[in-house]
Amino acid sequence: MTRMPKWADVILTPLISLVLAMAISALVILAIGESPTVALTTMIDGALGSSYGWGFTLYYATNFIFTGLAVMVAYHASLFNIGGEGQAAMGGLGVALVLLSLPLPHWALALPVAMIGAALFGAAWALIPAWLQAKRGSHIVITTIMFNFIAAAALNYVLVNLMRPVGSMDPASARFPDATHLPKLSDMALALGFEWGKNTPVNISFFVAVIACVLVWLLIWRSRLGFEIRAFGKSEPAALYAGINPVRITVIAMLISGGLAGLMAINNVMGEAERLVLNAVEGAGFIGIAVALMGRNHPVGVFLAALLFGFLYQGGGELALWTSIPRELIVVIQALVILFTGALDNMVRMPLERMFLAMRKKGA
Amino acid sequence: MAAMVQNGGRLETAAPAAIELRGISKAFGSVQANRDIDLRVERGTIHGIIGENGAGKSTLMSILYGFYKPDAGQILVGGRPLTITDSQTAIRAGIGMVFQHFKLVQNFTVLENIILGAEDGRLLRPSLSKARGVLRQLAKDYELNVDPDEVVENLSVGHQQRVEILKALYRQADILILDEPTGVLTPAEADHLFRILEGLRAEGKTIILITHKLREIMEITDTVSVMRRGEMVASVRTAETSPEQLAELMVGRKVLLNVQKAPAAPGQPVLEIRNLRMVDATGVERLRGIDLDIRAGEILGIAGVSGNGQTQLLEILGGYPEKGSTVTGEVRVNGTPLPLSGSACNAAERRRQNIGHIPEDRQVEGLIMDFAAWENVAFGYHDAPEYGRGALMDRDAIRRDAEGKIQRFDVRPPSCDLAARNFSGGNQQKIVVAREIERNPDLLLIGQPTRGVDIGAIEFIHKRIVELRDAGKAILLVSVELDEIMSLSDRIAVMFDGRIMGERLPGATTTGELGLLMAGVDAASTPQTQDLSREV
Repeated sequence: MTRMPKWADVILTPLISLVLAMAISALVILAIGESPTVALTTMIDGALGSSYGWGFTLYYATNFIFTGLAVMVAYHASLFNIGGEGQAAMGGLGVALVLLSLPLPHWALALPVAMIGAALFGAAWALIPAWLQAKRGSHIVITTIMFNFIAAAALNYVLVNLMRPVGSMDPASARFPDATHLPKLSDMALALGFEWGKNTPVNISFFVAVIACVLVWLLIWRSRLGFEIRAFGKSEPAALYAGINPVRITVIAMLISGGLAGLMAINNVMGEAERLVLNAVEGAGFIGIAVALMGRNHPVGVFLAALLFGFLYQGGGELALWTSIPRELIVVIQALVILFTGALDNMVRMPLERMFLAMRKKGA
Repeated sequence: MAAMVQNGGRLETAAPAAIELRGISKAFGSVQANRDIDLRVERGTIHGIIGENGAGKSTLMSILYGFYKPDAGQILVGGRPLTITDSQTAIRAGIGMVFQHFKLVQNFTVLENIILGAEDGRLLRPSLSKARGVLRQLAKDYELNVDPDEVVENLSVGHQQRVEILKALYRQADILILDEPTGVLTPAEADHLFRILEGLRAEGKTIILITHKLREIMEITDTVSVMRRGEMVASVRTAETSPEQLAELMVGRKVLLNVQKAPAAPGQPVLEIRNLRMVDATGVERLRGIDLDIRAGEILGIAGVSGNGQTQLLEILGGYPEKGSTVTGEVRVNGTPLPLSGSACNAAERRRQNIGHIPEDRQVEGLIMDFAAWENVAFGYHDAPEYGRGALMDRDAIRRDAEGKIQRFDVRPPSCDLAARNFSGGNQQKIVVAREIERNPDLLLIGQPTRGVDIGAIEFIHKRIVELRDAGKAILLVSVELDEIMSLSDRIAVMFDGRIMGERLPGATTTGELGLLMAGVDAASTPQTQDLSREV
C-alpha cells in the first residue's frame, strides 16, 4: 500500500501528538484552577527564554541523547532495552572509579579515559541480559528492568559502605580531582569573549553527545555491522539464512546500547556533580525510551526529541518554582507527552495516513 | 477474443446465476486491484478463476466474502442484489470460503472447530451433538470422512482442508469458494478433493475454484474466467479452450509452458551426501539417512509433499540446521567436507565455499521485506570486499551492482530504492534468484523457486536455472510442484518421511509413479497394489 510522504511521517505526526498532549495538559491545568497560558509562558521563558534556561535545557538534553541513542541501537536489533537507567548508573560507577583511582593530569586526558570507564561499565551491565536473551531466551525487557533494581541496590551498597569518604555522612563518593574538571559551555563562551549560560551545568559532554549521534548514524546505516543489526532486527530467520549469527548480534547490539547509556555519566557525574551521588541518573534512562520512540529511532530524531524532553524537564522545574502548580503535575505533563508520542502514536498516524491517501487519490 | 467473452454462446441462460458481479471496482491507494469486473457463475457448476499473482483474484473473492467493500459495482446472489458488508452476510447468503491458509483452531477438535461461531446457544453440548449428526450425513453424501473427535493439529493437511469444507457446508453454503486449494496437497489428495468437488456439484452446489495451475482448471472446471492486472479478460467454457490459450490470456503474450533444455552433460561430482541424519530439538528424526550425489552440470530434483524433510535438508546444506537439532553423516562439496555443527557451520561460511541458496520462503528468509531492493541484493554477501571498505559499506558500489542485476533479470518496477515488500511475488523472487545465480555458485540450492510466482516469471527463472546448469554447475532443486520437477530435473529423487524413496529419470517415469513414491509407496519393490484411497 502507498505510504504518506516522509516529512509527514517524521515531522507532522510527532508534532500533532505533541499538540494533543499539550491540549490535554492544558485541560488538566485548567481543572486545578490555574491558567494554561501562564504555565506555558513560564515553561518557555524558563527553559528557552535566557541562556541560563538553555544551559539547563541542553544539560538535560545531553543525558537524554545518550540514553535515547542507547534505546535506539538496541531497537534496531529488535531488542527493547529498558535497562538504560541501570546501565547509566553503572556508567557513573565506572567514571568514579577511573577518576578516583588514576592520577589524570588534565581533563583532555581524563575525558577519554572516563568515557572508556563509563562505556565499559554500562556495556558490562547490559552484557548479562544480552547473554541470557541470546543463549537462554530470557526476555530482555524482563531482565533489563530487573537489572535496574540490582544496579540501584548495588550502587547504594558501594556508596554507603565502600566509596564514602571516612567521616562523611553523605552516601556519595569523594570529589573528583580538580584536574579532571570538564569545561562548561559557559567557560568556553567566556574564552571566546562573550557571556553565555553562567552557572549552568551544560558542559563539553554535549558535543560528545552530538558526535555520538553522528557515529551511531554511521554505525546503523553505513556499516556492515549496522546492516547485520538491522537485518537481524527485521527477521531472525532471514538473518540465519544470510549467515548472521543471532547470538553475536544480540550481544554486540546490547554492548553498544549499554555503552551509550553508560556514557551519560560523563555528563551528569563527571561534568556536573563531579562525584558519584545516589540516584544520579534521575530517570533519564526511562526518558530515553520515550526519546527513541518519538525520534523514530533515528539519531536526528533522537537529538530533537532529547531537546524537547530537556525543555520539559527544565520548563517543568521552573513551573514548580514560579507558579503554584504542584511538581507532580509536571510529571503528568511529561507522561502525557510520552503517552501521545510513544504509545498512542498510531492514533495520530492512522487517520493522517488515510487523509494523505484520500488527498492523493483526488489529485490523481 | 470477443467471441469468448461471456455473452457469446450458451453461457448466458435464463435461470438466475448463482453469483453475478457487475462492474466491481476496488482500489487500494493508487493500485487498482479490480477494475470494472463482470462475472457470472452458473448454479451447479465448477467455475475456475485463473490469473497471475496480483491479478486481483483474491481481492475479488474477498469482496464477495465481505472482507472488502467495493468502490463501485453490484453483487447479485441468486439473482437478487445483495450488499455484503461482512462475512456474516456472505454466510447467510449461502457463500462459504475455504482459505489457502486454513483458519482452524489447532488445539480444538474437528467438531469444536465446526461449530465455532455457529453455536446455537450458550451451552455447547446441544450444538456439538447436532453437528455430529450433520457431519455424519455430510460424510456419507460427499466422501468427506473426518474423525469428529480428533484434535485438528493431529490431522494431515488434506484432512484439515476437509474440515474447512465441512465448516462451510455446516453453515449451509450453496456456493463454495476455494482459494488455491491444492497448493499443500499430494497428487492423490488433490484427486480426492476433486472427487469431493464433483460430488458437491452433482448435489447442485456451485463451486468457485481459484488457482494458478492450468492443469487443474482443465481437469475439473466447467467454465473458466481469466484475470489480468485487475481486469476480467475472458470467460470461456473449459472444453473450448486449451492450456496454451489460457496461459496467453493470463500473461498477455505467448508463453512457453515447457522448459527448453538440451540433455545434461554431467561432469565431476560436486555434492556428495552420505548417510545424513538429523534429529530435531523435540527428538524426532527428520532425516533418516540421506544419500545423494550431484555432478557438475546436472539438476537433481527432489520431489515430495512438503514436510518430509526437504526443508531440513536445505537448511543443513545452507549452513543453518534447526536450533537444538543433532546432525550426523557426511557432506562433501568439491571433495571438501562441510561442517554440520558448531560455529563453523553457518551460512556465511557456506557462501565462502561458493554455495548459493535460493530459500524456500523468500519473504521469511530470502529477503528483508522492509529493506530496499539494493540492500537485498547485498543481503548475505554484505561482507563481500566489493561491497565496501573495511567496516563501512560502499552504497554506490552496491547500487551499481543492484541496478545491473535488476536490469538483467527484468525486475519490475526497475527501482533500486523500492522496499522488497512493494514488489510482486515474482519480482521479489527474481531479486533473490539474481543475487544467488549471478554469484556463479558451484552448487546452487533451490527451494520452491516458483511458489507464488506468475507464469511469465516462472518461464524466466526456469531458463536461468538451466543456463546455470549448462555453465557446468550443480543444482539441487526442491519443489512440491511435480510439473516443475519433471520439466527441470535431469534426475529426480523422491523424499518421503526423511528418506529418499527412490531415484528416477524424468523421461522414464510418470507423475503417477512419483505420486506413489511421494506417498511412501514404492511400486517397483512392492508388487501388491496398495489401497491408496484409504491413505488419503
